[in-house]
Amino acid sequence: MKRFAALIDRLIYTRSRNTKLALIVDYLRHTPDPDRGWAIAALTESLDFPAVKAGTVRALLGARVDEELFRLSRHFVGDTAETAALLWPEPFHPSPSGEGTGVGAGGRAPPFEPPPQTPPLKGRGLTVTEAVDALSAATRSDAPAILASLLDRLDADERYALLKLALGGMRVGVSARLAKQAFAQAFAVPVDDVEELWHAIPPPYAPLFAWGEGRAPRPDLADVAFFRPFMLAHPLEGEAIDFTTFAAEWKWDGIRVQIVRGGSETRIYSRGGEEISGAFPELVAAFDQDAVIDGELLVRGEVQGGEAASFNALQQRLGRKTVSKKMLADYPAFVRVYDLLAVDGNDLRGLPWSERRRQLEAFVPRLAASHFDLSQVIEARDFEHLAQLRAGARDAAIEGVMLKRRDAPYVAGRRAGLWYKWKRDPLVADCVMMYAQRGNGRRASFYSDYTFGCWSDAGELLPVGKAYSGFTDEELKWLDKFVRDHTLNRFGPVREVEKSLVLEVAFDSIHASKRHKSGLAMRFPRISRIRRDKPAEEADRIAALRAMVT
Amino acid sequence: MTTRVKPWIEPHPSGIYVKPADLWIDPSRPVERAAVTHGHADHARSGHGAVFATPETLAIMALRYGVDAEASHNQAFVYGDGFERGGVRFSFHPAGHVLGSAQIAMEYRGERIVVTGDYKRRPDPTCAPFEVVPCDIFITEATFGLPVFRHPPTVDEIAKLIGAVRAEPDRSVLVGAYALGKAQRVIAELRAAGWSAPIYIHGALERMCNLYAVHGVDLGELRLVSEADKAEMAGQIVLAPPSALNDRWSRRLPDPVTAMASGWMRVRQRARQRMVELPLVISDHADWDELTATIEEVDPWESWITHGSEEGLLRWCELTQRKARALHLVGRDLEEEA
Repeated sequence: MKRFAALIDRLIYTRSRNTKLALIVDYLRHTPDPDRGWAIAALTESLDFPAVKAGTVRALLGARVDEELFRLSRHFVGDTAETAALLWPEPFHPSPSGEGTGVGAGGRAPPFEPPPQTPPLKGRGLTVTEAVDALSAATRSDAPAILASLLDRLDADERYALLKLALGGMRVGVSARLAKQAFAQAFAVPVDDVEELWHAIPPPYAPLFAWGEGRAPRPDLADVAFFRPFMLAHPLEGEAIDFTTFAAEWKWDGIRVQIVRGGSETRIYSRGGEEISGAFPELVAAFDQDAVIDGELLVRGEVQGGEAASFNALQQRLGRKTVSKKMLADYPAFVRVYDLLAVDGNDLRGLPWSERRRQLEAFVPRLAASHFDLSQVIEARDFEHLAQLRAGARDAAIEGVMLKRRDAPYVAGRRAGLWYKWKRDPLVADCVMMYAQRGNGRRASFYSDYTFGCWSDAGELLPVGKAYSGFTDEELKWLDKFVRDHTLNRFGPVREVEKSLVLEVAFDSIHASKRHKSGLAMRFPRISRIRRDKPAEEADRIAALRAMVT
Repeated sequence: MTTRVKPWIEPHPSGIYVKPADLWIDPSRPVERAAVTHGHADHARSGHGAVFATPETLAIMALRYGVDAEASHNQAFVYGDGFERGGVRFSFHPAGHVLGSAQIAMEYRGERIVVTGDYKRRPDPTCAPFEVVPCDIFITEATFGLPVFRHPPTVDEIAKLIGAVRAEPDRSVLVGAYALGKAQRVIAELRAAGWSAPIYIHGALERMCNLYAVHGVDLGELRLVSEADKAEMAGQIVLAPPSALNDRWSRRLPDPVTAMASGWMRVRQRARQRMVELPLVISDHADWDELTATIEEVDPWESWITHGSEEGLLRWCELTQRKARALHLVGRDLEEEA
């Protein structure tokens, strides 16, 4: 648990993705099985111990620490698991007066408490595996005693790690994708293979490590609903494309999903390979064919006459572990299918797009039309015609067009020349910088995150968005200096600036939002130009932005 | 000891007033006569008529606030020494907080009151260790007066720092440390742990480090960041005041790992808020166990608890059936130097 606790702490304080990656690589290389497997599962929130809940921890603390001291401490620390880890009575804590006072821990006076028991030293320490085994075996009734006996064997940092492992909510910024990359890097195996195997093998992933270290062949995945790494597209940036070799489809503004049926199980994966089946039970239930599809998950909007609604509507459904009936009714999800990776036990990924497309068109009618439809191929005579169609697309859920080479197999990752995304031209607005905040990592000393606003009818500047990209390093230096020279107020890491600088902001779309006072929220805003030439009062009005809402 | 409740000292928001001697302890506004426990800005201010303090504290006040340490109205007292005024016998005793830090003990008509100022109990190579002075009224600080605050052994934190430097030889480790006390202690602890390379410092630390050296605290070779090459600081330790950590100043260092030495680093969210990558729990204040153990050892008739988490320590006193009350002194901002 010591190594795991140290890893978690480093991850908490590290903001750089590369450093996080290096830390996990090092951990995976130097930690034995099955500890490392359980640890990586805990980091990616893949463990669940139903018998252990936050209430269990609070009750345990209640029996050991004065309630008022717990309340004051919890208020200060702001996190139950961390408060508990720090407050847990420490049998070995040396007191400056030599003898343990016995009151340090919970503040309870010696007369009310039995003398601190000193467990034998050999009882100290705990492996991640021992912790997982004990927590898995726990029932509702013996969970408190089991958790207490584990905590007694650990120091404060390890207790924090244990409680986070037990309760979830690790929040160390480690996605499944990052974990898989770390695995691939640690054992010099292709990340695509790791992607594929990861979801097929449950924690602690022993066969995966055995394969990674060359001790065993690649695990066999027959009859498992495993994830296939996605084929990704390059942005089209003025490249000349021979239109006759490409097919075009609309690019929908939903989330990319893969639905897999294997064995007798159906799973839905998101782009990073995270399983999101729990959020879309109706799709899991409706997908009853032995196949693997790639498509865009969208929500049907009433306003659009049953067509795809904007991304805003879809957001209501994302990030949920369970879904209410009302959610299902208000935001019905469906998948616009655009590729077929496997069907009836045959892997189609090696076939050219045109052949997969033929099989896809034959396959889609086997699915329930209520939840699955076919992504249409755009009939364009030539590139100019396509550009016209793209410019004329008014559908809220259309983000642009996709171009796919007709003879390309389905290959993992972003391969040059095979798939292109050609987004609609971004919208732009002239906004006024209002607040600035320091960035992270390399940018920690720069004010690099900017909140900007537009004018209301009443002549008030209201925030419409926040951006931290789009500028060059030179421009960043200039912006940083502007912020420092024009600060009106400081609120912790945030500075309010003089409302005098106009920023041209580019964004993909804009939606109604209750989050901001302006009632608007931008999607993918970035700074496209610094308009030093433009006076702030000539920046755009909220009304102009509202007219762009889709 | 029989204690008359008729008070001869008065706690005010701006400090503690000792009536028979017409003297203030650590006043936050200019007064005629001030006894000062130590040199931190929330205890030592400029503009007093006469200052009574240890020689080190007077020297620090001379350096920071232009107090004339040589002037005859200012008086210096070594530990154990003191003076009498208005029937009150004052004496200075080590508090173990920073160089020159003192508890001030006062005796008047058979009653003794001790004001700790800030203190800690664990060893510190840069100052004399805390001395227990039995008393009737014990006026204690409570910066870390919550049971979540338990400082780990300092040697472990120093080992963590050295480990971080060695792990990334292309980067420097920039440690945020308060200019008076913390910075010199971190340097001295590094020396004690065998770190003999030059330590690079921000210009704002220079004068105080020199003052410590003059008072016999060996800090080894220190170099100013402003006079160093960027490249030579790779794989080295750099110290700066906390305010410089994420400031433009830090751009002159080779890709620094940001560390911070403070008792607040015990709480992860606190460390994250300060954008710290390497939190070092090194404090010049007593942690919860030290605070409670000290009250037990001193065993006063009543404890008065000031600046910090008064409520936590008050609650402990209540649970252990000790008489206690909270004082609310103003101008105590310990965020930076804890």
